[in-house]
Amino acid sequence: MIRIPAEEDSFLCVSTVTKRFGRFEALRDVTFHARRGEFLCVLGPSGCGKTTLLRVIAGLEAQDAGEVFIGGIDVSRLPTSKRRVGIVFQSYALFPNLSAFQNIAYGLKAGKETRKNINERVAGLLNLVGLQEMGGKYPAQLSGGQQQRVALARAMALSPGLLLLDEPLSALDARVRVMLREEIRRLQRELGVTTLMVTHDREEALTMADRILVVDEGRVVQCGTPMEIYDKPASSFVASFIGSMNFLGDAVRETGNVYRIGNVRLEVENGAPPAPLGNRVTVAIRPEDIVVRSADGLRKNGLCARVCSLEFRGPHYRSTLRLHLGGEEDSSTIHADIPSEKIRRFGIKENMDLFVQLPADRIQVYAA
Amino acid sequence: MPPDPPQRERLAPALASKQMPCESHGGSPFERAPGALPWIARMRGTCERFAERFRTPIARGRRLLAGLCINRMLQGCLILVACLAMFLFVVLPLLQLLSKSLADRSGHFVGMDNFIRYFHTPALSRSLYNTFFVSAFTTVVAVSLGFAYAYALTRTDMRWKNLFRSVAMIPLFAPTLLHGITLVYLFGKKGIVTTGFFGALQELTGLSLGFDIGLYGAPGIIISEVIYAFPQATILLSVALSMTDARLYEASEALGASKARTFFTVTLPGVKYGLISAFFVCFILAFTDFGAPKVVGGNFNVLATDIYKQVIGQQNFEMGATVSVILLLPAVIAFAVDLICRRRQVAMVASKAVPYRPKKHPLRDGAYFSYCLLVSLALAIFLGTAAVASLVKVWPYDFSLSLENYRFTQMGGGGYSAFFNSVRMSLYSALFGALVTFCAAYLLEKSTGMQTARKVAYLLSILPLALPGLVIGLSYIFFFNSPRWSVFPLGLEIVNPFHFLYGTMGVLVISNIVHFYTVSFLTATTALRQLDKEFEAVSESLGVPFYKTFARVTVPVCLPAIVEIATYYFVNSMATVSAVIFLYSADIPLASVAVANMDDAGDTAPAAAMCILIVVTSALFRWIFRGISGRLSGKTQLWTVR
Repeated sequence: MIRIPAEEDSFLCVSTVTKRFGRFEALRDVTFHARRGEFLCVLGPSGCGKTTLLRVIAGLEAQDAGEVFIGGIDVSRLPTSKRRVGIVFQSYALFPNLSAFQNIAYGLKAGKETRKNINERVAGLLNLVGLQEMGGKYPAQLSGGQQQRVALARAMALSPGLLLLDEPLSALDARVRVMLREEIRRLQRELGVTTLMVTHDREEALTMADRILVVDEGRVVQCGTPMEIYDKPASSFVASFIGSMNFLGDAVRETGNVYRIGNVRLEVENGAPPAPLGNRVTVAIRPEDIVVRSADGLRKNGLCARVCSLEFRGPHYRSTLRLHLGGEEDSSTIHADIPSEKIRRFGIKENMDLFVQLPADRIQVYAA
Repeated sequence: MPPDPPQRERLAPALASKQMPCESHGGSPFERAPGALPWIARMRGTCERFAERFRTPIARGRRLLAGLCINRMLQGCLILVACLAMFLFVVLPLLQLLSKSLADRSGHFVGMDNFIRYFHTPALSRSLYNTFFVSAFTTVVAVSLGFAYAYALTRTDMRWKNLFRSVAMIPLFAPTLLHGITLVYLFGKKGIVTTGFFGALQELTGLSLGFDIGLYGAPGIIISEVIYAFPQATILLSVALSMTDARLYEASEALGASKARTFFTVTLPGVKYGLISAFFVCFILAFTDFGAPKVVGGNFNVLATDIYKQVIGQQNFEMGATVSVILLLPAVIAFAVDLICRRRQVAMVASKAVPYRPKKHPLRDGAYFSYCLLVSLALAIFLGTAAVASLVKVWPYDFSLSLENYRFTQMGGGGYSAFFNSVRMSLYSALFGALVTFCAAYLLEKSTGMQTARKVAYLLSILPLALPGLVIGLSYIFFFNSPRWSVFPLGLEIVNPFHFLYGTMGVLVISNIVHFYTVSFLTATTALRQLDKEFEAVSESLGVPFYKTFARVTVPVCLPAIVEIATYYFVNSMATVSAVIFLYSADIPLASVAVANMDDAGDTAPAAAMCILIVVTSALFRWIFRGISGRLSGKTQLWTVR
């Protein structure tokens, strides 16, 4: 389990939360925090418990153990209406018989606001999401992206301390999705609201989040900035879930920072503490980190490889390389992304032999 | 928003106290003693353990208090009220019925004596066999006819589909008494067919073309029940047939399967559960119907008429209760099987199916068109005969048109006051029924928590479908009539708080609501399930209580379904005889009961006239309700217009 020390400015704090549905453990001992104004993404495969986590924070599900603090207040047993959270659901859940304006004003009317204040507030919110002219339209008359913005405005109407987004972009087509990503981020920065977004789309998480919380089987497996998560995945699961990763099994640490696979020795300088000597480990590297060299120099981590296949992907080729490792691991294949320019310059074709280098600082080591 | 006091206390040490549970308790005098003696440390530990033991329950109690949300409590209370109402008006009366069937006239427990007596009285036990025979026969015929009709509606490209669909639904508006009465006009002793168009055919051809089908008895009952069950079978099978996946047919065709093979490997398995469901529904309908056997049963006894005769004729309530239980059991079993089948059917269609679009096929379409035309014509003639019979002076001697039969003077039943009572009762049933049903369905579908109570209430909501009207009526007599209830095994007696309802409009309306509850409840549930399941969560996060969202969003969006439910209650309350025949009082005569009484007295034409009035009224109100729904939709459902 990953322990995150409490920080002074943490706004949302989830502490050892466990949630069971019958015998199924949806969340196990989940602990994390978010700073005030931070955009946190909860990322994980479907069914990993991330939506359950959001519902526990919102108060829509009661956890079996652990606490939730919002703004330093223990809200663990408070109903949703007292937690001051704004929620945007995957389906938006806009009331179909109310106009965009009425939808946004829905929560405001419950309070003791005057009509004039409400109108101003809603107009302001409509303006904020760029739908000034659309207030009178019904949800069915709005496009998916516009509905999404109305849902966002409605969630922000009561100025909640915490904004919860449950896969807010998954129902939209790809082009609108990219546009709305930036829009949501801009809004969130403008309003300075602490935001937790649940998503299974790694690109969404990488581009939008200040920090990403990777969840698998109800546990937090890694928490860090997008760069940390991508460059130094904490486990082979995180590594393969976020981007593609080559795994070379059956490596053994020999001395210092040198690992041996078959007859090949690889130096690793990724800053992480080395694996125990003699243990079997898996060595991993991302396809785009593999460098193609013109000749086999005396560079460290150089390898000889044969090109099995080339797949054109526009800016680069995804190549499948067979490595000559010697020993029992003789027929290992890996993927390497080679820039199209290099392919042309070296005249790389299928069934050609190449020299590749695995840069020492780009290699990750995981327990086998 | 200011936090509640108990929370404010926990503000700062929130996290710290989590990680170091003992340190937050700052007031201990021993804390300022660094390097204290070992015994002090030990004692301090004991103290803190002691404090901890008390602190945890207090903290838990505080949290609980804070978590008590007024809205959740209100919802919980309402669910309990719903459960209680279901228990009162469904379970308790049935228990009363059951206990009556196990008692003798003076109320002493006699175990299975009544049942033993029943099976040892050939006159009585014979009806059990009769009922099974009639129901099975009806089921086979109605399902076969319904299947072909539904197949024509869903799987062919014939014309006039909408017309045929509407015509098939006509029998739903009529009391089953009408089917019996019409049969009397067609096949009775002086019926059109029996006499060969009153001898006209004989004069024309010189042959005796009239024939007697021996209407009174099994044939009459079976024909009436087939007409009664046919629309239901058609509806169920149309739904099943229209849900089959077109891709399976494409695959079958691509693999070169023959038409027959496709039918047996794709079509039939696809509608398997729909078919089973149709079988059981038709069986229950025929098994429990009272109206048709009452009119055309003659000396052919069935369970339903037996109950009536025992209770009304011989005032033998105990035997009436016994026969009711015998009637109830097969119905409940059939109902349970049907319930399981429906679950499976839903599970089968969960995948994304492609709807089947029938292609043109002149020969097949023509054949099915002729079939549907024939059935529709038969139904139209059937209803037309009753209409004509009610509009002529003296059938079959004087065919001049007259409204004489619609005056209902000098005959039993109550005439127009009965008719208007029925309209009033049906309006109340529609209004309160729709209200109660929709609210109950909402509570069970959209609230969280109270899992067990909701499951129980759901089961009790489905149960009334299995209850024959006569059983409801008889158990309500027991339940409401006795001024005191005896708690059966204990010999205790308590005052019946609902006794005042007996013989009033109230008990009639309640019995109608219970009688037709299940279908209405399922309609409401289906409509509610189509709403986004997060509406409640959204309103809670916006601090809007659930009842406001219910009024502002749920009801307006579900309005068409609510009106549909009200219509269903109205139409069925107008037509029903079985439940109310035991419950109406002399002060409140009812139209459908008047039909039975007039028919009993031999006033067949006025009985037919009253039936026609019922059908026309139902159709009229259906049209009015549609209009209201459309009007309201114009205002509240603007959103559907893109």
